[in-house]
Amino acid sequence: MSDTTPAFCAPELVGSSAAPPLVELRGVGKSYGNVRALHGVDLVVRPSTVTCVLGDNGAGKSTLIKVVSGLHQHTEGEYLIDGAPVRLNNPREALGRGIATVYQDLATVPLMPVWRNFFLGSELTRGPWPVRRLDIARMKRVCDGELRAMGIVLDDLEQPIGSLSGGQRQSVAIARAVHFGARALILDEPTAALGVKQSGVVLKYIAAARERGLGVIFITHNPHHAYMVGDHFTVLRLGTVELSAARDEIALDQLTHHMAGGAELAALKHELAQVRGVDTDELPKDPDAAPEAQAEAEAADEADGTGGPDETREEHTA
Amino acid sequence: MTETAVPPGKAPATAPGARTTRRSLPRRVLARPEVGALIGALAVYLFFFAVAPPFRQMDSLATVLYQSSTIGIVALPVALLMIGGEFDLSAGVAVITSALTASMVSWQLTQNVWVGVLVALAVSLGIGALNGFLLMRTGLPSFLVTLGTFLMLQGLNLAVTKLLTGNVATDSISDMDGFGQAKAVFASSVGIDGVQVKVTVFWWLGFAAIATWVLLRTKFGNWIFAVGGNRDSARSVGVPVGLTKIALFMSVGFAAWFVGMNQLFSFDTVQSGEGVGNEFLYIIAAVIGGCLLTGGYGSAVGAVIGAFIFGMVTQGIVYANWNPDWFKFFLGVMLLAATLVNLWVRRQATRR
Repeated sequence: MSDTTPAFCAPELVGSSAAPPLVELRGVGKSYGNVRALHGVDLVVRPSTVTCVLGDNGAGKSTLIKVVSGLHQHTEGEYLIDGAPVRLNNPREALGRGIATVYQDLATVPLMPVWRNFFLGSELTRGPWPVRRLDIARMKRVCDGELRAMGIVLDDLEQPIGSLSGGQRQSVAIARAVHFGARALILDEPTAALGVKQSGVVLKYIAAARERGLGVIFITHNPHHAYMVGDHFTVLRLGTVELSAARDEIALDQLTHHMAGGAELAALKHELAQVRGVDTDELPKDPDAAPEAQAEAEAADEADGTGGPDETREEHTA
Repeated sequence: MTETAVPPGKAPATAPGARTTRRSLPRRVLARPEVGALIGALAVYLFFFAVAPPFRQMDSLATVLYQSSTIGIVALPVALLMIGGEFDLSAGVAVITSALTASMVSWQLTQNVWVGVLVALAVSLGIGALNGFLLMRTGLPSFLVTLGTFLMLQGLNLAVTKLLTGNVATDSISDMDGFGQAKAVFASSVGIDGVQVKVTVFWWLGFAAIATWVLLRTKFGNWIFAVGGNRDSARSVGVPVGLTKIALFMSVGFAAWFVGMNQLFSFDTVQSGEGVGNEFLYIIAAVIGGCLLTGGYGSAVGAVIGAFIFGMVTQGIVYANWNPDWFKFFLGVMLLAATLVNLWVRRQATRR
């Protein structure tokens, strides 16, 4: 795990497994009435690491985010921030403790300029009350600086944020969360609605956020995206942790296998064999050996040969 | 970094690493909400300048401006409210409610007219606050909520006036204490180069300047755009949505009070059945001025231009000796044209 931290990181951030966790869940569970949505989940988020939470629909990813972001409260186990047990009542409290959530719908106002969106709700002002006005020059400067620090260069901050691409908008939302004091960043399926290239843009900003020392919780159902930036992987299934592994303990094809449902997929193949019209002979023999996963695994192997998993990540995100 | 993502053969961006180029000047100018209205205003002005000789005199311009100001003063906060994503259908009768309140409080209690004026201000702000409060508490569309208050006020205007005066109009308050002062504030004329210009014109332009400043240069203005553009997003980043909307409704109340006072002190008495239909004129002025019906986009200057177009058409038809029956037809045509121009402009502005 330690060697996955990029070499150009600040020295104190290297070897992040030694850093105290920002956010820690110990055996956390959540029941809605008598429906147990989440049970016995352990999760550790340290500064300068990306913790990926994977899982199929209904695996409990959303419930997990809601607990961590303060939208819902856990019903069992312990939730610790900076080592102290907490019980968050609303997202504002979580934000106050430096835990920011960037939701899929992004919380931006499409017709408003980029800089106005960036500072919305936390505008900078100057002057005494009756003539207290927006400090537009300072806001634009700060906004531009923060976006550049994330590697986003916009030369017209006056353009409506709706005219940016999905990936750029996501990135502005991430930059905003970072600027307003986030230490831990929860990203709810940031790549789900994006195309391949746009996803790459977002993955790059996730890496940038990690380089700035943030602990990132990256929720996704795409193991390929997760493997490009992740330092630790947690796969949820039916509300419990199916797999929790550091990057050096698991390969992409294994992750894909777990994500794809593993044993369930074999059962599905068996069921499909009984449906007329589906030629199961043409299906791959082993779920691990699905053509896509195979190709990815080969690519990862090649990269491994040249310089470790870190190289893979750079290659994919550059 | 990003430039690697730009496919070869595409024009390079202006700044290194930038994926977006600065929008060209014409497009940025077109993206201003009031540009369509400005072009429209110029066209209407030239048209009546050509076909109606009396329209060319300065006296006529003063009349047009007065006509525009009585609509424009209310159209300003109505535009802000529309940018904030809401309507106020009660604004037209609220003007009359305000004038009736001031008149009847002064006359019935035999008080200085300023007492009536202040009570009317409180009532008008109260109506605005009630509209906003009902909207936030019930979650109903503002169209329905303010339609309700519109009908209620219309009924109250008639019923209470008849109850207290036994008539459909209030008694003249022109001989009461403070009338002269109040008339000087709300309904006097200022001579400029021999042309009498009504004082409401100056108030109108002053309010427009304040509204523009608030909208573009203050935190509150930012919130107006945000609550209209995406209410849920605004709430999630900490914008007080309810407070913003209630304040907007109260500013409509304030403007209704101001125009109500102008009516009262111009004519000494108030007809209790008036004002119905004016709410649409305010909304039309705001829409012609570039406000989106769906909220989140528009300007105060646009509402000024929209009201000015309205004033020009109303008076221009008279000066051109046309049958004024045609007026509403022209208003409808202008509304449609303005909406289409706005739609087109918005597409241009947000096109990628």
